[in-house]
Amino acid sequence: MSGEAWTFWIVAPLTVLGGLGLVLSRKAVHSALWLAVTMIGLAVLYIAQDAPFLGVVQVIVYTGAVMMLFLFVIMLVGVDASDSLVETLKGQRVAALLAAAGLAFVLVAAIARATVGQPVGAEVLAPLGNVESLAELIFSDYVFAFMVTSALLITAAVGALVLTLAPKVAPRRSQREQATQRFRPADGDFSMAAGLPAPGVLARHNAVGTPALLPDGTPSDLSLSRVLLARETLAEAAATAGEPTVAVLTADADAGAENAGAEDARSADAGAADAGQVGPVDPAVSAEPAAGQRGEGRS
Amino acid sequence: MNPSNYLVLSAVLFSIGAVGVLLRRNALVVFMCVELMLNASNLAFVTFARTTGTLDGQVTAFFVMVVAAAEVVVGLAIIMMIYRSRRSASVDDASLLRL
Repeated sequence: MSGEAWTFWIVAPLTVLGGLGLVLSRKAVHSALWLAVTMIGLAVLYIAQDAPFLGVVQVIVYTGAVMMLFLFVIMLVGVDASDSLVETLKGQRVAALLAAAGLAFVLVAAIARATVGQPVGAEVLAPLGNVESLAELIFSDYVFAFMVTSALLITAAVGALVLTLAPKVAPRRSQREQATQRFRPADGDFSMAAGLPAPGVLARHNAVGTPALLPDGTPSDLSLSRVLLARETLAEAAATAGEPTVAVLTADADAGAENAGAEDARSADAGAADAGQVGPVDPAVSAEPAAGQRGEGRS
Repeated sequence: MNPSNYLVLSAVLFSIGAVGVLLRRNALVVFMCVELMLNASNLAFVTFARTTGTLDGQVTAFFVMVVAAAEVVVGLAIIMMIYRSRRSASVDDASLLRL
């Protein structure tokens, strides 16, 4: 066997295996990886058939760009989305398999009966070298198709942009409008003229999810991003549905709560002494509710 | 080596791609099967270029690759749009061309 035959009989089964894997995998990611196997195998076969330029383009364009695009979209659409096995049309699966087997049979039979010329050498096929000969052909005989191709690529790029642009929910506020709202507010409320409070001010952490504490110790919702507040609402809804709490706002009220608990304990102690009851109230027990609140807030 | 082998491989890959287009429900996998069919036809083009002794087959395969790339871009954008409105990439759910 020649080197080319060795290459073919090693690579061809791999490409068929890749194709079968593409069709038979349940998950779209696995299908994409099998398709990459097939495409690399085909690139090897192109190079074995004196088409090194096409082989390299196959690897760069197909395995590199197109498969990356596929994987990106799979990640966006949901990796775990696997196919349902429910047949919507009765007997469609059997009919499809039969049709494809018939197609393969017809094609292979036609190829077997056809007279295919013997392959010519690379020096006859491309006397100037593969890339140079291809370039000569593309820029002379096929120059019109080449230019139409460029128009097609531009149209495809613009079309993809137009199709995937998300519509704007609200008109964008200009800088001037925002400044007017701050310094010449319609309702005369100048409290935000100095800007919104930053998250984490006077609080125990300065993470973006920690609200600033106002002078009286209450957390300020204004210091948090709207997105975080929306998530907080979702987390509260999930908590009422019995799922674990993801609390952001109560995470750092613990200092104040601790002090309040100690004060409670002291006053309770004093009250007990006043009433003349036997046995002092344990401050730790009185502080228990505060500790419980803190634990809830942290979890 | 007999070039018919390459043509048979091309036919087999094309049929596998056709099976996938007919059987699979996920629009992305259907799309990948279309790509497999295009690749199979490219293999036939390259083989014919070699047996006829001219480079026209390779040029055609090159143009097929370019068109396939453009097709992938637009097709994936359409799949993204459908997914955005229906929260599903299944071709069964998109049986109507409206919501």
